[in-house]
Amino acid sequence: MSDPRPVPLLALRGIGKSFLGVRVLHGVDLDLAPGEVHAVVGENGAGKSTLMKIVSGAYAPDDGTVEFAGEARVFRGPRDAQRAGIGIIHQEFNLLPERTVAENVYLGHEPVRRGLVDRREMVRRTGQLLASIGETALPADTPVGRLGVAQQQVVEIAKALALDARLLIMDEPTAALADHEVELLYGLVRRLQERGIGLLYVSHRLTEVFDLSDRITVLKDGHRVDTLWTADTTAGELVRRMVGRELSHYYPDRAGPDDLGPVRLTVRDGGNRKLRGVDLELRAGEVLGVGGLQGSGRSALARALFGVAPFTSGAVTLDGAPVRLRSPRTAIRAGIAYVTEDRKGEGILARQSVLDNALLAGRAVFAARSGRTARTGRARELLAAVEVRAAGDDQEIRFLSGGNQQKVVLARWLALDPRILLFDEPTRGIDVGAKAAIHDLVRRLAREGAAVLMISSELPELLGMSDRIVVMRDGRIAGELPAGATEEQVVALAVDATRERVQ
Amino acid sequence: MRTVQPRPLPMRLLRARPGGILPILAILAVLLVLVALRQPDFLAPPSLMSFLGRSAPVILLAAGQYFVIVSGEFDLSVGSLVTAQVVVAARLIDSDPSRTWPVVALLLVGGALVGLVNGLITTRLRVPSFITTLGMFLILVGAVYLWSDGAPKGGLSEEFRRYGRRAFEDVPVLGRVPYALLVLLVLVALAVLLMRSDFGRTLVAVGDNPRTAELSGVRVWRTRTIAFVLSGLAAAVAAILLGGYSGVSFQAGVGLEFGAITAVVLGGVALGGGRGSVVGAMLGALTLELLFALMNFYGVSGALRSTVQGAIILLAVAVSATRNASRQGET
Repeated sequence: MSDPRPVPLLALRGIGKSFLGVRVLHGVDLDLAPGEVHAVVGENGAGKSTLMKIVSGAYAPDDGTVEFAGEARVFRGPRDAQRAGIGIIHQEFNLLPERTVAENVYLGHEPVRRGLVDRREMVRRTGQLLASIGETALPADTPVGRLGVAQQQVVEIAKALALDARLLIMDEPTAALADHEVELLYGLVRRLQERGIGLLYVSHRLTEVFDLSDRITVLKDGHRVDTLWTADTTAGELVRRMVGRELSHYYPDRAGPDDLGPVRLTVRDGGNRKLRGVDLELRAGEVLGVGGLQGSGRSALARALFGVAPFTSGAVTLDGAPVRLRSPRTAIRAGIAYVTEDRKGEGILARQSVLDNALLAGRAVFAARSGRTARTGRARELLAAVEVRAAGDDQEIRFLSGGNQQKVVLARWLALDPRILLFDEPTRGIDVGAKAAIHDLVRRLAREGAAVLMISSELPELLGMSDRIVVMRDGRIAGELPAGATEEQVVALAVDATRERVQ
Repeated sequence: MRTVQPRPLPMRLLRARPGGILPILAILAVLLVLVALRQPDFLAPPSLMSFLGRSAPVILLAAGQYFVIVSGEFDLSVGSLVTAQVVVAARLIDSDPSRTWPVVALLLVGGALVGLVNGLITTRLRVPSFITTLGMFLILVGAVYLWSDGAPKGGLSEEFRRYGRRAFEDVPVLGRVPYALLVLLVLVALAVLLMRSDFGRTLVAVGDNPRTAELSGVRVWRTRTIAFVLSGLAAAVAAILLGGYSGVSFQAGVGLEFGAITAVVLGGVALGGGRGSVVGAMLGALTLELLFALMNFYGVSGALRSTVQGAIILLAVAVSATRNASRQGET
């Protein structure tokens, strides 16, 4: 689509970027006019944040050019882009809570008089700046830590404007806001638009995208799929463009009706800081897939069930009996295993041997149950059964590939004969061959009677592996889908495309 | 392609990997050669046995410090704990032989208790162990001065002192075997067994990655607290041997915590935890003592001891840090 206005504020041409040989952006084009709100949407891993980091100067593109205000620019870093007039508002704010609004807004370029910071001038200018975007109620001399999240966001925006930003990038700006605060943000965005500031708006929430944007660029797997006029498209259309790709490999057969056993685990109205009103049932023999966007509460659900961040309300039963899963140790004793998504950070002991890694949980929890020799023998059998490739079982695990590390983690849990297995992104960062092996293992465990809950951001994996899928959004279960559901159905639930548009 | 298999034991022991004992054995060998060149008599059995007995307290402290360091913490309180124990023992025994054993028991309980407090404050109140044990160090120094009105009182019984200074005489070949050396050998064996047990492996796991350990069902706070208790117990035994050997003074334990930390680092144990063996730590202590003996033979001033220790800590940590950095790409 060509741009109707003569000089775009920002023009990206053929932007490409690779990390460690993996291409994450392929020839992306994007135009932004002054005063335009341009939304960028796509699944997790579509390349949105990488693209935004290129625009804001945090990364340099491998290919393509960035034109800002009619000039080709190569930013040497975020400060360079800031000086040119590009501001970015991150999801996590970058504010000093003990300092005042004015001190934060002018941090690093305070107005100076006779070599000293001119506080009065700083407060005056901040007041003016805030008034110019209609935020007269915000006192410039209050410590930022006392403000609410929505007001802190305003401070972030004012901070960018104090540097004469002409382009603002907003990354999931409503993620931390309450519903009524979102309305306030809408007003602020409109006033920024009127000042001729261009906005790149990254969001998962299609409601906002439709309410605010003039145009929408859809990214998928690092490619630009399309750029659409918001007025000419619908939520359904957008979701169709965000998904849809071929199945890359075959998945093991699903559970038949005879494979399903009794209900192993139930959750009634479970809630904690990140979850609300979760109702869930998990049967022996099934693989229950959990979909949803990052931060939707998928991992929080697994961590609640494993006692890492337990439910603070609601009731959990295990094989019909009520249980309180208040620590990983109690969950393990109850027969639950958890394969974390952060393998390096909390899945492996990087500097210990393969064998020590495989023995970790057994030694800690069931030290008295079986003899040491028997336990070590069992661990060796399991390492062989999951086909770990290593120079020896005394090799440090950090020298193994991601797939082999994951297999060792699996062996650690299998040694405890768990009845319930929670997998959080079990194949993240794992090569294709090992991926298929882990898929087979997961299915085999279910067939042998384990109840499996599997979280995955990869839609083909989620659809290919699950006997049933629940999709999470904003800490709740947004809906449940049967086996054979489509990617569109999952994404529609995850981004809330079904909700009526405001207005 | 092959799946995992155990490798023969000798290969596993000798493989030069980070945290292994090969480097410290090499350093020890070099020092022994230098000693042999300068002072061949030193390596004759009687004087060597005395040297080993004399080194026993420091080696034990290194083992105690090892448990704490390998689990990812520090214990700076052991030096002042040794001083406190020696002074307390002298005052309580007050040269009365019948009180020896009750006081020995009391010292062991006291050492364990100080370790328990260190451990609980560090793990439950989340005070960094560096600060916790520094605080304990200062508290013990002050308390012991207060309690003894500024000068050590009483005296140790001969019964108490013999473990630090007596030996089995006229042993064939070896000449004399100090009691302290026997105590050391027994405790070395216990320490090695402990590190091969489930608890020992879990202790190293906690130092490597406490998050992973927690998520695998390890009670991280309990494991680390036990490490502090072991360090406190090691300090108590060291105090008994040192009190016997060198007598009662406020200087009895001064600087021992740094000696122990230097020894542990020299023995290839990673600061921050997760890597290194207890044998390496104890060999580190022995090497350090030998180095001081060597400095003595070559007429280097004893005043340089702390400078040498400091240099060793910096050098050892720098070497292991740069080695780790160059290995980062291998995963």
